[in-house]
Amino acid sequence: MLAACGGDPPSVLDPQSRDARRVEGLWWVLFWISVVVVAVVTAFLLAAMRRRRAELHVDDDIDTRPVPWGDRFVVIAGAAVPGAILAGTFAFSLGVLNDLGAADERALQVEVVGHTWWWEVRYPNGAVTANEIRIPVGETVELALPTADVIHSFWVPELQVKKDHIPGTVNRLSVVADHAGRFRGQCAEFCGLQHAHMEIVVEALPAREFEDWLEHEAEPAADPETGQAQQGRELFERASCAGCHTIKGDSAAGDLGPDLTHLAGRETLGAGVIPLTAGNLADFITDPQDDKPGVSMPPTELTPRQVEAVVAYLMELE
Amino acid sequence: MTTTAEPQATATISTVERLEAVWAEPPGLGSWLGTVDHKRIGLRYFYTGMAFFVAGGIESLLIRTQLAGPNLDLLGPEEFNQLFSMHGITMMFLFAMPVLSGFGNYFVPLMIGARDMAFPRLNAFGYWVLLAAGIFLYSSFLVGRAPNDGWFNYVPLSGDAFSPGINIDYYAVGLIFLGISSTGGAINFIVTILKLRAPGMIVNRIPIFVWGELAMALQIVFALPALTLASVLLLLDRKFDFHFFDADAGGDALLWQHLFWVFGHPEVYIVALPGFGIASAIIPTWVRRPIVGYTYIVIGELSVALIGFGVWVHHMFAVGLPNITLGFISLASFMVAIPSSIQVFAWLATLVAGRPVLRTPLLFVLGFIFIFVIGGVTGVMFAAIPFDQAVHDSYFVVAHLHYVLVGSAVFPIFAAIYHWGPKMTGRLLDERWGKVSFWLMFVGFNLAFFPQHLLGLFGMPRRIYTYDKDLGWDGYNLASSVGAFMLAVGILVTIVNWYMSRTRGPQAGNDPWRGETLEWYASSPPAHYNFVTIPTVRAREPMWDQPELVDGVQSPEDGGRPLTDGHVTLSTSMLDARPQAIVHMPHASPWPFLLSATLLVLSFAVLLDIWALAVAAVVASVAALMGWYWPRGQTQET
Amino acid sequence: MQQEREAMLTTTHDTVLGETGIPGELLPQRYEGPRAFGWWGMVWLIGTEATLFALLIASYFYLRFRNGPTWPPDGIATPDLVLPLIMTAILWSSSIPVHMAHAGIRVGNVARLKAGLAAGFLLGATFLAITLGVEWPEKLDEFGPTTNAYGSLFFTITGFHGAHVLAGLLFSLWTQTRAWQGAFDESRHLTVQNFTMYWHFVDIVWAFVLATIYLAPHL
Repeated sequence: MLAACGGDPPSVLDPQSRDARRVEGLWWVLFWISVVVVAVVTAFLLAAMRRRRAELHVDDDIDTRPVPWGDRFVVIAGAAVPGAILAGTFAFSLGVLNDLGAADERALQVEVVGHTWWWEVRYPNGAVTANEIRIPVGETVELALPTADVIHSFWVPELQVKKDHIPGTVNRLSVVADHAGRFRGQCAEFCGLQHAHMEIVVEALPAREFEDWLEHEAEPAADPETGQAQQGRELFERASCAGCHTIKGDSAAGDLGPDLTHLAGRETLGAGVIPLTAGNLADFITDPQDDKPGVSMPPTELTPRQVEAVVAYLMELE
Repeated sequence: MTTTAEPQATATISTVERLEAVWAEPPGLGSWLGTVDHKRIGLRYFYTGMAFFVAGGIESLLIRTQLAGPNLDLLGPEEFNQLFSMHGITMMFLFAMPVLSGFGNYFVPLMIGARDMAFPRLNAFGYWVLLAAGIFLYSSFLVGRAPNDGWFNYVPLSGDAFSPGINIDYYAVGLIFLGISSTGGAINFIVTILKLRAPGMIVNRIPIFVWGELAMALQIVFALPALTLASVLLLLDRKFDFHFFDADAGGDALLWQHLFWVFGHPEVYIVALPGFGIASAIIPTWVRRPIVGYTYIVIGELSVALIGFGVWVHHMFAVGLPNITLGFISLASFMVAIPSSIQVFAWLATLVAGRPVLRTPLLFVLGFIFIFVIGGVTGVMFAAIPFDQAVHDSYFVVAHLHYVLVGSAVFPIFAAIYHWGPKMTGRLLDERWGKVSFWLMFVGFNLAFFPQHLLGLFGMPRRIYTYDKDLGWDGYNLASSVGAFMLAVGILVTIVNWYMSRTRGPQAGNDPWRGETLEWYASSPPAHYNFVTIPTVRAREPMWDQPELVDGVQSPEDGGRPLTDGHVTLSTSMLDARPQAIVHMPHASPWPFLLSATLLVLSFAVLLDIWALAVAAVVASVAALMGWYWPRGQTQET
Repeated sequence: MQQEREAMLTTTHDTVLGETGIPGELLPQRYEGPRAFGWWGMVWLIGTEATLFALLIASYFYLRFRNGPTWPPDGIATPDLVLPLIMTAILWSSSIPVHMAHAGIRVGNVARLKAGLAAGFLLGATFLAITLGVEWPEKLDEFGPTTNAYGSLFFTITGFHGAHVLAGLLFSLWTQTRAWQGAFDESRHLTVQNFTMYWHFVDIVWAFVLATIYLAPHL
């Protein structure tokens, strides 16, 4: 009944973690109670219609007799029964709340910094990436959620409830994925022009694969393989790119935009705005305002051939 | 039946003539600008509020068109952000509160047997400020700088670092300005309801609509300062580099959220409680029997108003507060459902015990109950912290808020249009088109907003200007957009119905429905002075239980007071409505209009940082206040 | 025109009692206190302004406790108490002549009304002058509203209160003007009562400002 029309939604009703399953269970309890309440109210509305009159007789039909069952009905049906249901639901919900996000000292600590409009992801071993968060399957990962600017909210529905990134504090959110897979999320606190394009992807990998990936991700960028890529690297370091972006292993050390050391390992550009392909990357560099109007990245000063070279370099950065 | 007060057998010609002479406002610009007649002012609130309803509706249709499919290009992000922000601001501040105040303005004095509100010039002032503040806010569109951080305007995004333009200054100044209107209106309602009731209208004979307006007014008095304060602090931060919300300098972004929601949660009850009151006014008439559970309903209205001040943190369940804090708020949020639930079951009992006549006013009330209950149960879902944290800031919230607000404000307002419209215009609206409007609105509304529950569960955040096509959101968004247009057409049908019936509708007469409360004692539309005699009330449904009232004039032997000696009304005691004093009411005055004009100038001056002009406007405002209170003739209490 | 028509038709307007139309029933047309709408208007205005101050003070404590143990922060000195206590004495003592002014007019003593209002005005103006001329400049030597949140709070809270004192002074001038015009007597003086209530309210708010800003940091 609740399958989406085509496509694969990141759904609260499609839990992929223990915590998300607890929340889904809570949802169904709330849902069925609500169905009963609405049904009861509707039944009374329909019952009232059974004595309906077709016409308004202005002069003769006011019934001022008291309703002996009235007060009792209002108190029992309107206060006592709902009160009991509400109290029970409250208690149950507190139980679920206490169950969420069990602390784990061995948890992997990952910092996810909210930016307008992208996510900076930092691992304990020095690996830095953006927008895509890889985690090991079945292990608790504790996310620290600072913000670099305004309030954002980290929400990956299939894995966990959301938590806000608030300036001046660092909230924490723990995430455990049941099994391998890619789980999509999105910023859930209005943060300005491109709030709509702040996608999060959490990818859970088997432990061994994750370790390999993490080790590799902390390494500096490989040297360029082709002449064009070499030229691209030199352009990158000298042009405005290096003012905002870091690529470990070359001299670019800007920290306003995402770290690009392993850019080619990502699936999308601009936090989910367009898939990462050479063509799209070239377009994006040429004028990012086309794909994501309002981003801080200005149109490039490089010529199209120079852009090609930079793209060749970047596409090698696995 | 005629539409003007006819001298009846027991009233003398001179009584009516005297009242007319003293209370009529002569035609002309002076009385148009200066009117203090609560009925004229109430109608103005109604028309202005409905005009903003149309504006807010157009904004929503633009939004729904942009979101009808994935990656559409009708609106860019900046336009979208301004539209959704102004949609919320318009609907809450420029439509719902004004129209509900408008009905209150028109009908509270009538229902309590008074000749006007306690502060007629304050009443006029409240309207002019509403108009001025609405013009002020909408002028932002003319310069392409409408507020664009949503109706709750979180910092730091709304601070000057991230929103350097005047969009947010428009928001803060506009809402401070509007707050003056709301607060003045609220004080007016409170004093009117406490002190101007007809003799004999003891507390448990007060019509529930009046209780609803009182509960609304009490909330406004204590909630609006939070919004005013938040807006002032924001302006200080933005314009003068203060640091209330600046985490780097000892401030806190969450202070804004606390202040805003301390206002914001009572605000939704400010909008809902008059709607409940309208339902409690309409149901008895249309099921032909008194309301069941009067005392519980009244306690319910007042309890919602009170408990509503204790739950604001439930808008902040995801900001990282400690679970124990959240737990208390969650409990209160669950419990606040009970006084609303009491009212729903009281209405159901009345409906079941009565004999409903399914005409448009009752249809809209039935629609309200159904829609509001759905909104209520999803509201209870939000009280459960883990579920809230899952769907907070998603379309599930958008669905919930529209179910409760459209349910508890729009549908009752439309019920009131058909039920009370004839009293205001003297003409009945067309019943067939009324039913067409209802069904289009009911089906359209549910089609527009029910799918949004699913969108929220499927991960769609709110306030996004577009979305991708592979997320499974397309079909529900399209359905929602179609529903929105259907709802809009339904609304349009009533608007046209209103205009056609004003000139072509059949005459309504004093009491077309044989209603139970005192507004039906007056003519349609009522005379300037409302009642030839201020009645003595002996029952909760005076028009049903006091046969001497049905003729339009109550004799002095029965307790009717003509009170023809000047521009006067009666002040009575708070609880048992004993006559206490004769109060001289002010005549039409230009000062409310002039003061609202100087405040409008002040608003623009502050917006644009023209401080010399701002000081001049303050001086002019003080002068206008002095003009207001300067005694003219003998009509002042001094 | 409207007033003239009404004056022609009115017989008992200017009297203390008026007719209601029920034979033999006479009700007061002049009064103060809870019978008067204007009194209630002032009460509710005070209610809404009191809420504003309560929220401002709550914001102070909220930020104070979010900021941790050092308060005032950033090396700002804990506020000195001598000047504020002097200011308190001046402001609170102003309520005495104001009260006497109201008590005077209730028995028809216009001279006491005028004297009391004038004395209250002078004391209130002195309070404001000290705030703007001595207290604030002293503080501004050390920190300003743009220094940090503490500075913003200090100047905004004392500023809001000062603005209410200023409004009170203008209200006093208005009331004194009306008094000198002979508008008040023992049955007609609602303005005086409203002014008195407002003035006492401003005094009470000062108690909270004093406690919050000046006394609490010493605790």
